[in-house]
Amino acid sequence: MPLPKLKFDKTKCAECKAISCLVKCQYMDFKDKDKAKKEWQKVINGEDSSVLKSCTTCYACEEYCPFGNHPFYLIVERQEEKGILPAPRPIITMWINQCQPVGRFMVGKVEERALSYCLLPQFNTLVKGKLFDGIALSVIFGQEFFCNAVYLHYAKASVIKDRLPKIVENIKKQGIKELVCLHDECYGTFTSLTSAYDIDMPFKPIHYYEYLYGRLKELKDLIKPLNIKAAYQRNCSARLCPEIDHYVDDIFGLLGVERVKREYDRENALCCAEIFRMAMGPVLADDVQKRNINDMVRFGAEYCVFNCPACWDSLAHKVVKQGIKPIHMIDLCKLAIGEEQALKLPELVAEV
Amino acid sequence: MQKYVSQIHRCFRCGYCKFPTDYSSFNCPSYRRFRFDSYSTGGRLWLIYAWLKGEIEWSEHFAEILYTCTTCKNCAEQCPMKFAPDIVDWIVGARSDMVEKGKIPPRVARFFEAVYGYGNPFKQLRSDRAVWANGTKKYAPGDEYLLYVGCLGSYDENGQKMARSLVDILNASAVSFGILGEEEECCGNEIYMLGETGLFQNLMEKNNQKFKELGVSKVITLCPHGYNTMKNIYPASGGNFEVYHYTQILNDLIKKNKIKPSQAKAKITYQDPCFLGRYNNIYDEPRQILQSIPGIKLVEMERTRRDAFCCGGGSGNFVTDLLAGSADSPARIRAREAYETGADTLAVACPSCLTMLTDAVKAEDLDDKLAVKDISQILKELLSAR
Amino acid sequence: MTTTSALCDSLIKIVGKNFVSNQKEERYFYARDGGLMPPHEPDFVVMPKTAEEVQEIVKLANREKVPIVPKGAGLALTGLVIPQRGGIVLDMKRMDRILEVNEKARYVVVEAGVTQGVLKSYLQKHHPHLRHSIPDSPPVATIVANAVIHGQGRLSQQHGFNSDMVSGLEVVLPTGELCRIGSCSVSKYWFSKGPPLPDLSGLFLGWFGTTGIITRLGLKLYPCKKMRDIMLFLADKAELIPDIMLRLSHTEMVEDVVVSAAPLPLRFRGTFWIMAYITGDSDEELEFKRKMVWNALWEYFESRDLGFLSVSPDMKAPLMSMPSKDTSRFADVSKGGGFQYAGPITPIEKFPAFIRKLEEVATKYNVFYASTTRLIGAGHCMMFSFSFSFNRANTDEMARAKKALYECSKFALEEGGVLWKADIYEQRLLMDKMDPNTLVLMKKIKQLLDPNGIMNPGNWEVK
Ligand SMILES: Cc1cc2nc3c(=O)[nH]c(=O)nc-3n(C[C@H](O)[C@H](O)[C@H](O)COP(=O)(O)OP(=O)(O)OC[C@H]3O[C@@H](n4cnc5c(N)ncnc54)[C@H](O)[C@@H]3O)c2cc1C
Ligand code: SF4
Ligand code: SF4
Ligand code: SF4
Ligand code: SF4
Repeated sequence: MPLPKLKFDKTKCAECKAISCLVKCQYMDFKDKDKAKKEWQKVINGEDSSVLKSCTTCYACEEYCPFGNHPFYLIVERQEEKGILPAPRPIITMWINQCQPVGRFMVGKVEERALSYCLLPQFNTLVKGKLFDGIALSVIFGQEFFCNAVYLHYAKASVIKDRLPKIVENIKKQGIKELVCLHDECYGTFTSLTSAYDIDMPFKPIHYYEYLYGRLKELKDLIKPLNIKAAYQRNCSARLCPEIDHYVDDIFGLLGVERVKREYDRENALCCAEIFRMAMGPVLADDVQKRNINDMVRFGAEYCVFNCPACWDSLAHKVVKQGIKPIHMIDLCKLAIGEEQALKLPELVAEV
Repeated sequence: MQKYVSQIHRCFRCGYCKFPTDYSSFNCPSYRRFRFDSYSTGGRLWLIYAWLKGEIEWSEHFAEILYTCTTCKNCAEQCPMKFAPDIVDWIVGARSDMVEKGKIPPRVARFFEAVYGYGNPFKQLRSDRAVWANGTKKYAPGDEYLLYVGCLGSYDENGQKMARSLVDILNASAVSFGILGEEEECCGNEIYMLGETGLFQNLMEKNNQKFKELGVSKVITLCPHGYNTMKNIYPASGGNFEVYHYTQILNDLIKKNKIKPSQAKAKITYQDPCFLGRYNNIYDEPRQILQSIPGIKLVEMERTRRDAFCCGGGSGNFVTDLLAGSADSPARIRAREAYETGADTLAVACPSCLTMLTDAVKAEDLDDKLAVKDISQILKELLSAR
Repeated sequence: MTTTSALCDSLIKIVGKNFVSNQKEERYFYARDGGLMPPHEPDFVVMPKTAEEVQEIVKLANREKVPIVPKGAGLALTGLVIPQRGGIVLDMKRMDRILEVNEKARYVVVEAGVTQGVLKSYLQKHHPHLRHSIPDSPPVATIVANAVIHGQGRLSQQHGFNSDMVSGLEVVLPTGELCRIGSCSVSKYWFSKGPPLPDLSGLFLGWFGTTGIITRLGLKLYPCKKMRDIMLFLADKAELIPDIMLRLSHTEMVEDVVVSAAPLPLRFRGTFWIMAYITGDSDEELEFKRKMVWNALWEYFESRDLGFLSVSPDMKAPLMSMPSKDTSRFADVSKGGGFQYAGPITPIEKFPAFIRKLEEVATKYNVFYASTTRLIGAGHCMMFSFSFSFNRANTDEMARAKKALYECSKFALEEGGVLWKADIYEQRLLMDKMDPNTLVLMKKIKQLLDPNGIMNPGNWEVK
């Protein structure tokens, strides 16, 4: 079977005035639009470009492009063509091996509407209580259902193109019509990546924010407003589905949570930066994390609300040190309806 | 039971199972008592495998090694291997094969005979089963709870005290309940753990049947052993009722302000019963009861909660007493450990612990320094003092 | 020779009847260990409580010419506690007292049966700023036996073999005398096993119980910082590993360096996992050390040959635990309750050759492999494990694992390695290759100390 091809419309770029993809990039200096245009043209043409080496793989330009073109996917394609390694080779090898399908279908009692844990075991802890009444057992998990978007960080579009159609097929075979994705990366894969690569979608992806919002409205009587100020930690893959960001405001509204208006939220968000550590070493990662957390503090956040379990792993214990309580969005909803926070900060392992 | 035959060789005899979580001392009661590696979990598993392969013959010594395991489940908590949750089942499986072949230690055989003939391991008359009850109301349809007292509660001197205290508290807080009295059957937990599957099946069916006839929907057990089997084994054979250990009920009554213990002055430490703690994850309720008493200071022993050291009474050892006879007997070690906390009272929540530890405290000459009391007794005293 | 039952009575007289067994069940269990050596039953299993009892037993054994094998937890896996000629297995674990911790001279004195687990827990509770070099063997392994076989632990990168950390011995000689070795032979302090005296500890360490029974041991303790962390690096070229290890060691800030390789779980396949442990009393200290480690390895990171892996707390917990339970879990990968490893001590430059050999041998014999390498000293050598797991219920697989092990041992020896905790077959290989004059010296020592040849016979037997 031939691998799917990226749909990228270079005519859009030709007409584009803003070149937002590069101009807005937080990690490259392209204030000069002409310079940006020239450099971007090199990427389009498949020539060598500094962009391919400096890209941190933060995903953000996918959101910046106002035309829904896929600048970041194109970067990934070009990096792979040129053998540019955005991360050390052994890390890429590890990821490719660790997530390969092995024929182990980990499923609960799957119904037409199901939850995807993707490859994130934390959801086993998080999915509990009234919010998930009726769906908690309808679960898929593991390599066979893994969205594979992670390879965008590793210049391995080929792995995505090879594996993703089979993953879609696996999900379909479970008889799933609606898949509630508990992770943006998953949701973004089934909306943005599949469409960019023209992969047929035989089921409907639903973002779990939409699901939670619906459930909370049903459970409205149980909600006791939390009256807290929270910083929202927007993750890299949120850039693949910016259209769902409004649910954060909607849910916060229901729960009585103020989303502090800070510098690094929304379009200007900083990701958790742990990918940067693995890709470029500690300096950039430490700097981004520090700026991000200081920003939370500066704007008076009491809580840091996480969307992504990987962000949780890299930042939760760091925000705690600044006096901010980390909590996952699902747990935040639970708190408001009188249930307990399930994903807690483990005692920092410091066994001596 | 077949499962153990194909799995038991997987033990690596690494010995993690000998310890509590912090490795501070040996926590397998049988190994701690005898100290030959053959008495550790790994020892038992390797010997069972040897027996299956015909490398050793059955012997009384071998049977004793198997039956000195109190099924306390420490090993299942600590073993790092994937099969860890199954270890006790393997041991029980091997015991049931022994039972089938009629090859068990005489003391265990006597235990079975007693339950078979008398419905309790003490060879006491069925008609005496409610002697302790002193006119406690019998369960009648419509009562909210059936209070299931069990063999120790019915016949053992200490157990009876416990049962009476509990009945008094329940009465005083106007809980709707009744007992089965002479009609009560052994719960079978020990029979199960000792490997007499046929007899166990029989007891379980009788109980399930009786509960069904009477329309019982909620059971309170005095004993964690009964709680365990009714909670975890009965449902698969048609048991369809909710089951609570009495500490859960009492804790609830306290939370709802239906019991208000009066001021006390005591330093108390608490023994987690294996069948409440490690088997059923009930660690907090008994502690919450104690902590709700004004003037009581709760102190923990070194090994506590999931690391609690077994009293040595499990798997029928409160009768067979295969671990007795030494300063290294688990109950005596535990009595000393409790005393070292500086507590004046050792609280228990199990009639088996109560009996084992009461004897141990005497053997250690600590009986005037450390009182062993069940939580229901402690509460009862503070209610009548009001 | 006295009859067995008379011997039994004598033993009972010494230790009490609860602590002697000649029953089949104990003899069966004490006839084997978790490894691949064929079993051999003892006639008695005896559990002494005091050095005096040990002396009595040894004297009795000399009179009766009965072999004695001291045993800790039997976790060496190479059959060193299997009584090759029967006789008495002395299970030392009842001698379980921690006798003294000297905080100012940083040592502890333990009896022979004190386990790694108990000492760890004791120090955590009572001397939280001191620690010992914990090996990754299960916690029931004894401190003494680990020193007897020249073990290595969590502090070996900095301080050498665990036996280098011994600071004094009390030994029952094969002829029954009780004898002190090191500073404790002239002083009440146990701070040195030899210097400035003639270092006699070498008469017992490494001898596998063939030259006497250690009843007490002084062990050096080291500072225990408040915090500890792991830095996990991944490489895919075996050739780079020696230099990476050296660079880590060069920082003098890493307490333990372990490299592991295994084809499963899948995330391990194709890469070497380099674990560097750091400690600190403050965030600043840790941060500084992290930086130094990054600096040391930066070149390889930039060239994309070396990756850094951020570890989630879930993943970190097992990597931080001491001992590492994962090491034991390897025994169950083929759902079979067994593994054994050849762990030659070798110059670290041999890493690439050893890895190649390991993969080759595993394929040849169709056995599942893993390898863990621990850096010893400041890169002076490494313990490289050729580990093979096997299913105890599959005799064919056990035979293959054994062949694989021996092939690796031979190879390691040819490459200039020295076999660690060698089984009796590997001891032969070693002695065949040994300088003949060294052999003569060993033989003289053995004959002098153990004229009746009763101590763990079959081991270190010079023809
Ligand atoms: C999963 C696993 C991981 C391991 N990891 C490590 C590791 O990281 N580092 C390491 O060093 N080892 C390791 N080992 C090997 C071994 O388990 C340890 O070295 C352990 O400390 C051996 O102690 P033991 O009590 O089990 O010794 P045993 O096997 O009982 O004895 C070893 C030798 O010492 C002799 N001996 C015992 N007591 C005395 C005494 N009192 N006087 C004289 N001689 C005596 C015995 O006769 C025998 O020859 C590991 C083993 C396993 C199974
Ligand atoms: S990718 Fe989008 S933002 Fe970038 S140049 Fe093309 S159209 Fe413009
Ligand atoms: S992915 Fe991020 S770093 Fe890379 S070009 Fe886009 S915005 Fe810049
Ligand atoms: S039961 Fe588990 S912990 Fe115990 S010896 Fe066997 S493998 Fe080890
Ligand atoms: S259940 Fe308890 S007594 Fe039995 S082997 Fe396990 S730890 Fe020992």
